[in-house]
Amino acid sequence: MKTVSLAWTYLWSRPLSAALNLLLLSLGLASITFLLLVSEQLSKAFERDLQGIDVVVGAKGSPMQLILSGVFHIDVPPGNVPLKAVQELKKHPMVAQVIPISLGDSLHSFRIVGTSTDYISHYQAQLAQGQLWTQPMQVVLGATAAHKLGLVMGQTFVGTHGLAEGGHVHGDSVYTVVGILAPSGSVLDRLILTDTASVWKVHEDYTAVDDEDRQIMIDEREVTMALVRYRSPLAAVSFPRHINTSTEMQAAAPALEITRLLSMLGLGTDVLRAFAGVLLLTAGLSVFIALWSAVRERRGDLALLRMLGAPPRKVAALLLLEALWLGLLAAVLGVLAGQGMTAALAWLLQLDNSLLIGGMAWPAGLWGVPAVALGVSLVAAILPALGAYRVSVLELLQGK
Amino acid sequence: MIRTHALTFAYPHSATLQFPDVDVPQGAVLLLKGASGCGKSTWLALVAGLVRPAAGQLVVAGQDLNALISVAADAWRASAVGFLPQKLHLSAALTVTQNLQVAQWAAGRAQDAPAIAAALAALGVADLASRKPAQLSGGQAQRVALARAVLQKPQVILADEPTASLDDEAALDAVHLLLSTAQAQQATLVIATHDARVAALLEPALPAAMQLQRLQLQRPV
Repeated sequence: MKTVSLAWTYLWSRPLSAALNLLLLSLGLASITFLLLVSEQLSKAFERDLQGIDVVVGAKGSPMQLILSGVFHIDVPPGNVPLKAVQELKKHPMVAQVIPISLGDSLHSFRIVGTSTDYISHYQAQLAQGQLWTQPMQVVLGATAAHKLGLVMGQTFVGTHGLAEGGHVHGDSVYTVVGILAPSGSVLDRLILTDTASVWKVHEDYTAVDDEDRQIMIDEREVTMALVRYRSPLAAVSFPRHINTSTEMQAAAPALEITRLLSMLGLGTDVLRAFAGVLLLTAGLSVFIALWSAVRERRGDLALLRMLGAPPRKVAALLLLEALWLGLLAAVLGVLAGQGMTAALAWLLQLDNSLLIGGMAWPAGLWGVPAVALGVSLVAAILPALGAYRVSVLELLQGK
Repeated sequence: MIRTHALTFAYPHSATLQFPDVDVPQGAVLLLKGASGCGKSTWLALVAGLVRPAAGQLVVAGQDLNALISVAADAWRASAVGFLPQKLHLSAALTVTQNLQVAQWAAGRAQDAPAIAAALAALGVADLASRKPAQLSGGQAQRVALARAVLQKPQVILADEPTASLDDEAALDAVHLLLSTAQAQQATLVIATHDARVAALLEPALPAAMQLQRLQLQRPV
C-alpha cells in the first residue's frame, strides 16, 4: 500500500468532514478563479477594442460615456457633433486617420452604426460572405449580429429609431445585407455597419418636407463622434487640449478613461478578493480543525503505526498527504467552478449583446490558484503533522 | 531471545525504574507480571526499541539495542518485533486486509498479498478479509490483530494485556492462540499482564517444547 493511497483512504474515512472541507476550499478557490478570469477577460476585451484608437472626439459631456458608447457600444452617446467640425479634424497635422461613427438606429437592439469602411479595416475584420458597401442603405453585418438576427445575404430590413427596442420604425428606408463579417472577437461582431450617409438618408427622408428643407439638413449634417489615430504619440500632449479649448467638442483618451474605469471596478474586485481571502482562511482553519481532531482521534492508530515500524516522518507524511489530497481536489473543483461561473457570466453578457468575454482561458495568474490551494492545505496540516510526528508510543502502551 | 542486564529507565522528575535481569532463550515464553505503574509498559517499550535505557544492556533477537539509532530501530522493530496491543487499534476505516497492508506499509515493505492471506488463514480468519473492524467480534478482532503482529514473522511477540476484558473462556482461547502462534513462528513470546488468571491458564496449556519464565516487576520505592 502506497502512502498516497493510504492517505486517500484515511481522508474519506470521514466522508462528511472531508466533503465539507472540500466544499469550503473549493468555494474560496472558485471565487478567486472567477475574479482572476473576469478581470483578465475584461481588460483583454477593452484592449482589443481600444487598439489603435488614440482619442475619441464627440459632443461635450462625460468622457467615459463617450468612450463606452463609441468604442465599446455599451452606453448611449452624449450627443452629436457637426460633420463639418469632424471634417476639419482630418486637416489637423497631427491626425493620421479619422473614422466617423454615427449612432441612432438599431434592429432588435443591435446597433446600426454609420461609419466608413476604415472602421472595418481598423479591426482587421475579414468578410465571410459578400462585399463591403458601395452605396448608402447597404449594410455589412457583424458575425454575432447576423447569427442572432438570422439575416442572410441579400435580405432586407428596416431599422427602428433609438438604440433600444421599441422605437419608431423607419418604414420607408430599407437596408439590404451585402456582406457578413467573419467573427473577429472585436466589438464589430455585434454591430450592423453601414455607410454614414445611410443614417443621414434615413432621417432626412423621414423628416424633410421639401427640397429646401432637405438642403438645410444637408448643411447641418452631423455624426456622433470620430475615432482618431495620431501621426505621432506626441500629439497626446497637445491635441486633446486643442479640441477641448478651441472647439465645441470634447476629446477623450480611451486609455485614460478605461484605466479610470478599471480602477473604479478595481475597488469592487478588491472587496470581492478580500471576501475570497476570508473564505479561504475559513477553509484553511476548517481543514486544520479536521486534521487536528483526526490526529487526536487516531492517536492510538498513529502510535501503532510507529510500533509497526513506521518512522515518525512517515506518519507525519501521511497527515500532510491527506491535506494535500484535499488541496488538490479543491484546486481542480475550484478552477472548474470558477471557469463555469465565468462562462455563465459570458453567456449572460452575450445575451445582452454587451461586452464580449471569451470562453475558457488560462491566464498565467491562474497558476496561483492551485498554488494557493496546496499552500493553504499544507499550512493547515503543519501542526497536525507535527502532532503525528511526535505521537508517543509509550502513551499507547500505557493505555493513555 | 531477550537478554537484559542491570536495565534502568529514568522518567524526568520521577523515580528511576530498575528492572531485574532476564535471559529468555529463543522460542520461550516470558510472563511479565506486575501491578499497573510498576513499569510493564516501559519494559515493553525498551524491548521494542522505542525508548532507550538510562543504563544497562539490552539484547533482543540478537540485536544490541544500545547500538541502534532511532531510524534503524524503527526498521529493526518492523521485522523483529510483533506487537499485540491491549486496545487492538485496528483502523476502523480499513478492511481486515487493508489493516494488514498498513503493517507492510509501516514496515516499508512491498505489498505482499499471499503473505497477508497466509497470516489470516493461519489464525482462522481468512474469510473475514474484506470486513471492517466494526463487523468483527472481539475474538475475531484479536485474531486479526495477532495476524497483523506476526505478518513480518517476528522473532519476538509482545502481547500487552491480551486477556483484559475477556471472560474466562475467551481468555483461555487467547492464551492458546498466542502460544500456538508463537510456537508455529518459533518466536519468543512475552505476555505482559496483571491478570492472575493468565498464570493459571498458561502452565497447563504450555507445549512441552516451550520454556516458561516469569518476571515480576515491583513498584519503585
